[in-house]
Amino acid sequence: MLKVKNLNVYYGNIHALHNISFEVNEGEIVTLIGANGAGKTTTLHSISRLIPIESGEVEFLGHTLQTLWPHNIVELGLIQVPEGRRIFSNLTVKENLEMGAFIRKDREQIKKDYEMIFTRFPRLKERLRQMAGTLSGGEQQMLAIARALMSKPKLLLLDEPSMGLAPLLVKEIFSIIQEINKAGTTVLLVEQNAHLALSVADRAYVLETGRIVTQGSAKALASSEDVRKAYLGG
Amino acid sequence: MNKDRKTNLISFLIILFGFILTTGLVAFRVIDEYTAQILTIGGINVIIALGLNLISGFTGQLALGHAGFMAVGAYTTAALIMKLNVPIFPAILAGGLVSAVFGLLIGLPALRLHGDYLAIVTLGFGEIIRVIMVNLSDITGGPAGLKGIPPFTTNFFWRPVLSFALVYIFLVLVIIILNNLINSSPGRAIISIREDEIAANAMGINVFYFKIFAFTLSAFIAGLGGGIYAPFFGYLNPNMFNFQKSVEFLIIVVLGGMGNITGTVLAGFGLTYLQEILRFLKDYRLVIYPLILVLMMLFQPAGLMGFFGNKGFSLTRFVREFNPKKIFRMKNPGKAGEK
Ligand SMILES: Nc1ncnc2c1ncn2[C@@H]1O[C@H](COP(=O)(O)OP(=O)(O)OP(=O)(O)O)[C@@H](O)[C@H]1O
Ligand SMILES: [Mg+2]
Repeated sequence: MLKVKNLNVYYGNIHALHNISFEVNEGEIVTLIGANGAGKTTTLHSISRLIPIESGEVEFLGHTLQTLWPHNIVELGLIQVPEGRRIFSNLTVKENLEMGAFIRKDREQIKKDYEMIFTRFPRLKERLRQMAGTLSGGEQQMLAIARALMSKPKLLLLDEPSMGLAPLLVKEIFSIIQEINKAGTTVLLVEQNAHLALSVADRAYVLETGRIVTQGSAKALASSEDVRKAYLGG
Repeated sequence: MNKDRKTNLISFLIILFGFILTTGLVAFRVIDEYTAQILTIGGINVIIALGLNLISGFTGQLALGHAGFMAVGAYTTAALIMKLNVPIFPAILAGGLVSAVFGLLIGLPALRLHGDYLAIVTLGFGEIIRVIMVNLSDITGGPAGLKGIPPFTTNFFWRPVLSFALVYIFLVLVIIILNNLINSSPGRAIISIREDEIAANAMGINVFYFKIFAFTLSAFIAGLGGGIYAPFFGYLNPNMFNFQKSVEFLIIVVLGGMGNITGTVLAGFGLTYLQEILRFLKDYRLVIYPLILVLMMLFQPAGLMGFFGNKGFSLTRFVREFNPKKIFRMKNPGKAGEK
């Protein structure tokens, strides 16, 4: 579904991504784990074309993404829940969801999708008219995910959904991610919390200072000696 | 009758009533000529500040050269009226259009870049326009200024009435256009860019396109304001459109509340009036604007109209949600609080 080939990204002179290659198949949850500054966000941003890439190829459903604008990519069915949620604070919850459906024209279906969102995130339904900036951290993360779902994505990119949340909430968010995946959306999950990410993912890639150093099935990685030492605390 | 249509009808009636009342008061000289003139200038200032509010308040892109767009509109309109005998109305529209073209040409390179490039580029634009106006003396009269722009009418009785009425109509049109835009889907896109550009981009909003759109429309509105100003004032001088003037528009927007239309209207008329009654202070009155700004930052940082954003006070929402029954229900605070 998504194929990244020999991706190189620079910030000025800093070589942030070195020849990164990976792929995500339809129906999977794939996770990209790595420490602070490994280049996870950079990878997602270059897929969504939010930053320019130096060389390499990104292919999604047979389309070459480098030649497209970010909004074209969303129209193709690839959307990102950005790091730090980035909800629209001065808009209401409802308006935030509307922005998620911005590219869509099928009004009838959008209405049905609201219902789907409300059954999945009942807490958002109670707060539809509330300013998004006044939601709690967990609710904001749910809103960020719900907003992205309103675009009806085929592939959902999630950038550290566990960031700054209490363990119980993180569990809730991760089970929601699994449900979304079961309902037919492919997921590329970026996480620092390797333990959790590996527990929900099918496959995983480990990113270290801009290079992919290990890859494999999530199960295998979770039990691998190296990965455990580096990311799972022994 | 559904709620929206009712709101529209009530709003229309209020506007019409306001129009008849105020122009009537001017016509019968209940509002004297001097006050009418201040109101007219105030209206022009408000129009241009509303244009600025669109790009800086609603879209979140700081622009520091709206006096430049005003100048483009004013000189275009003046030249069309004086050299080509174009009637006033199309000449004013042309002033707006030429200004919009400048906006587009500046916006295309400046808005492609992130950050505060627009502020720097518009700052430069305002100064360059001024220098061009000084040197293009065939059309602009050079540094001595352009005299003898024909007024709306030469009849002394009708002149203040007509000027005021024209500004009123243009102001209402600009407010209606902005209000409809802000509550439409492109308007939401514009606001979401201000809220978080990366997120807007990630949601599939064509950020560049909407920024260009907002900036061009903003320049158009400022050009209209300049276009009305030329025949109203009858005299143009490049130094009227200096950086100070651009900052005055920005102060109106900030004082009224970024992204608040009603606030801009109140602050625009208020500051224009204040500047007039403080004329005796000579140049010291230029201190007033910064002073007001400092005081505001201390006591009401989000502007006159409450907090930042499109959820501040709004006249249309007030009309829409005004409900006499609610006032009675207020007696029971427990119930009034819940929805
Ligand atoms: N705008 C930028 N300009 C310069 N360098 C940057 C920029 N953004 C990221 N970097 C650098 O690129 C590298 C990768 O950053 P990135 O944000 O992709 O890391 P990350 O894996 O997402 O980290 P985290 O887990 O902390 O979010 C880091 O060294 C970072 O300092
Ligand atoms: Mg990151």
